[in-house]
Amino acid sequence: MSDLFTMFSYAFIQRALLVGLLIALCAALLGVILVQKRYSLIGHGLGDVGFASTALAVALGLPVLSVSIPIVIVAACAIMFYSQKVKSSGDIAIGMVATGALATGVVITAVSGGFNVDVSDYMFGSILAISDTDVVLSLILSAVIIVLFVLCYNRLFLVTCDETFARASGIRVSFYQFVIALLTALTVVLGMRMMGSLLISSLIIFPAVTAGKLVKSFKAVVCTSVVLSMVCFFFGILLSFVVNLPTGASIVIVNIVVLLAVLAVKNLVFSRLLRYDNT
Amino acid sequence: MELLTLKQVSIAYDNERRFAVENVSFTVNEGEYICLIGSNGSGKSTLLKGITGLVPVTSGTVTRHIRQGQCGYLSQNHMIGPNFPATVYEVILSGTQSREKHLPFYTKQDRKLAQRAMEMFGVSDYRSRRIGHLSGGQQQRVLLARAFCTSPKLLLLDEPCAGLDPVITREFYELLARLNKEEHIAILMASHDLEQVESYAGRVIVMNQTVEFDGTVDAWKEAAVKGELLNV
Repeated sequence: MSDLFTMFSYAFIQRALLVGLLIALCAALLGVILVQKRYSLIGHGLGDVGFASTALAVALGLPVLSVSIPIVIVAACAIMFYSQKVKSSGDIAIGMVATGALATGVVITAVSGGFNVDVSDYMFGSILAISDTDVVLSLILSAVIIVLFVLCYNRLFLVTCDETFARASGIRVSFYQFVIALLTALTVVLGMRMMGSLLISSLIIFPAVTAGKLVKSFKAVVCTSVVLSMVCFFFGILLSFVVNLPTGASIVIVNIVVLLAVLAVKNLVFSRLLRYDNT
Repeated sequence: MELLTLKQVSIAYDNERRFAVENVSFTVNEGEYICLIGSNGSGKSTLLKGITGLVPVTSGTVTRHIRQGQCGYLSQNHMIGPNFPATVYEVILSGTQSREKHLPFYTKQDRKLAQRAMEMFGVSDYRSRRIGHLSGGQQQRVLLARAFCTSPKLLLLDEPCAGLDPVITREFYELLARLNKEEHIAILMASHDLEQVESYAGRVIVMNQTVEFDGTVDAWKEAAVKGELLNV
């Protein structure tokens, strides 16, 4: 126990915890919308783009964030634009961007001298990578997302729930979609340092899905998903310290366990209720 | 008072090579109940989408004499996914939003309107149920209640009863007739249900890309008997 306390007194762990909790919060808020709009894989696709841009930054010897942020934002907007313009489902756009980016990343890495520690850290995440810049950026990002959510909550609900009706009522649906794409891009870039580019989408998907199984209303799903996401993150990081596992993977495992537990309890309760009804 | 004026409206698709709607002109006045009829592919749905701005109008003009928010829209087979996490109340309340209103939150008035809509459309009992867990008929009533919350002067309905059973369909039409009479909301509805057209509509527009007939129900019946309208 005292070991844990010592651990939390390290500055780099405090930084990781702060950034992680903020990213978990942002991802959960955006996730509720993305999951319902069937864009849940957008995080995964953007993670792959993040990986490619990281490989590029490492190869060129440039700071990673300054290369990744613009590239991932462009990719997010491209996915949104493509899936709206062509009216194909978003999954095709995401699939093409994701595999294309991963391939590009691997090619860049191979040409510039093979995988080194930096690149593999970006694929699977590392809490050692969290810098003061990350802390500042995460604080700004989460402030923007929270303010946006509070101010535009009703609009976002309408756009998510029924795009056709929103359009018919004169709401600029595309504007809100691009805002969501932009914020998702930023969340992915900041979050992938800790979670890894291959695992970051779990923060977007799991809390929203689990919350959707637990509560009925949209508002409740949003709140529950934020709480779940932050709690799962905390216990995930704790698990990774205690058992000495990779951080990103531990957080995903905790999320999966919570989802399975919720499903199991729900089924148990339902079957009880049914039996009660029958007798 | 005129609510809506269409002047020689044409809507093309397929890179402007084919027209779904051609040279349509008519006016919708306050409190009217108009049914748009015509066979499949006659351009009824496209015309309604053109009026709401969901598809661009290729030529001609659509003049709304009311705010866009005062034009409620409900389309065919319009379902919200079974897993969408929203309660009936949330969905109905969301109807009170429209572009002209820039307040980020719902006002007391909005909540009252939503409450009234729920009572009016008989969905108060489902208030806290998930929208996706309702039957087709119940959902359609909820969506009509939401359209009512836009405080409409005009409701644009695109075959709102497609896929509903006869009893629910009758109830739905009764509700529409009440809205039309008691709330003086004009209705412009694309429909295939000729029986319903006869018993509720005040005016009939027969479409076949362009307007083939526009007149009262009686005049329409007369024309149909004479065999002047082949396409319905």
